[in-house]
Order: sequence, then structure tokens, then C-alpha cells
Amino acid sequence: MSTRMIAGKTVQVNEEGFMTNPAEWTKEIAEELAKEEGIDCLTDAHWKVIEFSRESAKDSGKAPTLRTITTGAGVSTKELFMLFPKGPAKKVARIAGLGKPEGCV
Amino acid sequence: MKKLVILGAGTAGTMVANRLVRTLKMNEWQITLVDKDPVHYYQPGWLFVPFGIYDKKDCFKPKSKYIPSQAKMIQADIQCVEPENNRVILTDRTVLEYDYLIIATGADIYPDETPGLNEGEWGKSIHTFYSMDGAVALADKLRNWKGGRLVVNVVENPIKCPVAPLEFLMLADWFFHQRGMRDRVELIYATPLPGAFTKPIANKKLSYLLETKNILVEPEFMIERADPDAKKIVSYDEREVEYDLLVSVPLNKGADYVGRSGLGDALNYVPVNKHTLLSNKHNNIFVLGDASNIPASKAGSVAHYAIDLFGENFVRYLEGKEMHETFDGHANCFVESGYGKGLLIDFNYTQEPLPGRFPIPVLGPMKLLEESRLNHLGKLAFRSMYWNILMRGLSMPLPPTMSMAGKWTN
Repeated sequence: MSTRMIAGKTVQVNEEGFMTNPAEWTKEIAEELAKEEGIDCLTDAHWKVIEFSRESAKDSGKAPTLRTITTGAGVSTKELFMLFPKGPAKKVARIAGLGKPEGCV
Repeated sequence: MKKLVILGAGTAGTMVANRLVRTLKMNEWQITLVDKDPVHYYQPGWLFVPFGIYDKKDCFKPKSKYIPSQAKMIQADIQCVEPENNRVILTDRTVLEYDYLIIATGADIYPDETPGLNEGEWGKSIHTFYSMDGAVALADKLRNWKGGRLVVNVVENPIKCPVAPLEFLMLADWFFHQRGMRDRVELIYATPLPGAFTKPIANKKLSYLLETKNILVEPEFMIERADPDAKKIVSYDEREVEYDLLVSVPLNKGADYVGRSGLGDALNYVPVNKHTLLSNKHNNIFVLGDASNIPASKAGSVAHYAIDLFGENFVRYLEGKEMHETFDGHANCFVESGYGKGLLIDFNYTQEPLPGRFPIPVLGPMKLLEESRLNHLGKLAFRSMYWNILMRGLSMPLPPTMSMAGKWTN
């Protein structure tokens, strides 16, 4: 486990650059991480997804699956792929300061 | 008499009924189980059926044989639960009132949720082993298959037994070798996850398995549709994977009545406290096994450890005492890796699978996260333990919460 500076704040990250403590997350960090994922500007539509995902993770302790996001945040899967191209589940999780979506092994 | 209704008489429902007839004062309780299917399937066996290791008769027994005599079993379909009225309505309009309700109706596959899957080619070039009939049909298919590109695709997580797709591929590698046709078969795993192994230690220890077996991975593949005529699956980001034989793990969801009753999340799983398994919304509804939204594997192993703790917790709850917040998401699973070998993994909500040795009385220490013949034999021996120990509500000589004993942490 290591730390890095994002948007002026030192946070804990894992080897793949996912934050490991969701409590350290800020909106400024999300903007910075979004840029690293190739999303220059977070729109209201992006924020709706990010905020829903953080809310969902608060209950479950895990980054939500795509279907949980589409049903819960009211966006279609196509739209989600447009907002967070190439792997929205992973991108949303990283930008929202949640762990990477994972299996049991 | 107080009334306890258990919906579902599969792995979790059967185990908890057998446990509770012993922990509750049965002169004060009436226990009723409801299940539409009179057959109890040994679901871990389905993995072996396509390869002829088990056949259908190895994978089921009548449910009635495992329902305790002190409980009543109703064979019927469930229309809905009315939690505000504390009653269950069956599709034949029978009304069951309850003081406490246990939901244990599990999860099932929904191939119709993905366009193209459950159409003309279902059972021909598109198969599944996530049902008894599916596993039998796939066995027929593999027996006569001439080779080509076999793609295993997981539609979306969570799924029952998350390691089964990998086990299927590793067994397929072995199976086609045995038949002298491995060079005519390509094996591909299209998964929505970032890789076949997503936990760092498992990834480091086990990636070699896929390399040596020449199983290719198409990661982060979120299927949008199957194109059964062109024999390809298409992802939301417009990647295409062609196949000659598609083995699909269709979307898994909780039972439809859960959704109709307003008790479920987006996938009809019931939100619960992950330590006590009490519904978040209703203080007289518990959810055991795959039917809940706990962030653990959907597996009989999880149900078993959870129920080990639930029996005592439920009695405490009835007495108005605080429940021990004890369930830790513990599971251990044998993972077939082909050629008569297997792995064993042991983990919980927070601890990823580690290498080491797992102390099992009689059978002896078994290798964790490492291939061995003993692990394979353990997996085969498990079927008899399932029927004779677990489904009778008896305890295994293993602690219900995960232990770090024998695990290597550095």
C-alpha cells in the first residue's frame, strides 16, 4: 500500500492507483482522477453516476455493478459507456474513490 | 403457536429448517417451508456434468427426504410477500401468515435478459451449465463436438459460484486433451471483470494456470447482445468475440416474487445487514443464502457458515437480546483445475484468499491457493458431506468464521 498526492491531498492508493479509503475522497480528487482516465470535464450526468455509486458503496462496502448503477442512477448502459468510455465499471469505481470491481479470487 | 415461514427449500432453506427444529422449542413453533420444485439439486455437481464426470442422477435427490419431520412442506409457487401484513400469498391464492419469515429462494439464471441468447440457437451453439437441463444438454454437445472456438461468457456479476466459469475452462482444457483434440479447440474467457483473477495474491499465484493451459482472457467484456446467426457476442463498447460454441453464464437474479413484493434491489436481491442477515427494512424478515445482497460469493459454503451462526443468533433475537454481529462472509471452496487436481480457497468479506495450509480434521491439512490431488479428492468427497452433514443441519468440524491459522501472510 502506498500514498500519493492528488489535488493537493495525500491519499492511500493500491498498486493500480485505486484509492483504498473512500473517506479520503473529495470532489477535487474525482476531477483529477477523471482527467487521468481521459475525461476532461465532469458533467452533471457524470456526477449523478459518481454520487450514486458512493451512496451505494456506503451500504454495500463495494463499488456497484453496472446494472446497479443503471437502475439506481437512471442512466442506460449505452449512456454509461459514453460517459465513461471503455470499462465504465472500473472507471466509475476509480473516480469515485472506491475499490476496483473484483471477484473472489 | 408462533409461525415461521421459510421460502425456498434448497441449500439454505433446508439447512436452516434442520437447524431450527433443534434450536427452537418445537412445541411453541410451527415451521412451514414453501418451494415450487420437489427436486433438490446438488448444484456444485453441474460443473462436472458437461464433461461426463457426473451425470444427472448424481446431482439430485427428492427434497422431501431432507425436510425435517417437524416442519411442514408446501409445494407451491410464491405470488408475493406482504411484509406490512406479515403474510405470504401463494399463486394458488393460499395465504400463509407468519411471525417471522426467512427468505431463502436463492438466485437463478435469466438468459432472456440478454438479447440473442435465448433464441433459436439456445441449446444448439449457445449453452449453459448453470441449470440441470443446461448441463445435460452441454454434455451431449461436447460429446460430439468437432472443435473450434469455445467462449465462456459471464453476462454480469454477481453470479452463483464465481469460480465455476474458470473451473469449466480448466476442465475443458483437460477434457479436450483426453480426447486428443485440444489442438483443435480455442478456449476464451470473456468476463466483465478486469481479469480472470482480480485479487492481487491469487493473480500472482494462479495466472500461470491460464498461461499453461492456453486459456485466453477477454477482460472487461460487458455483453450487450449475442448475434446467434453471425455466432458472435458484442459488448457495449462494440467489441466482438466470435465463437463456435458459446457457454454462457446468463444474468443471475433473485426470485421474481421478491421484486413484486418490493423487497429487492435492482437484481431482486434483498438488502440485509451483512453480519446478522436481518432485512434492512423489516424486523421480522431474515434472508439466507444467495437471496440476499451481502457482498460475499453466492455459494452454498457462504450459506452454510452463515447458518451455523444464525441458529443461535435467531434464538437470541427472539429473546430480545442483541444479536452477535458475527457473520464475516466466510467461504471456502474447492476449485477444479483439471488433470485430477484442484485448489482450495478460504476467505471472507475483507481477507482475500491466501496461500498456506488449511487444517481439516481427518482429511488432513490441505494446500491453499495451490494445486493438489487431495484438493480434487476433497471436491469429489464433498458431495457426500453435502447430503449427509450439511443438508441434515449438522455442523462440520470447522469454525464458521474465517481463521488465519495456517495461512501464510508474507
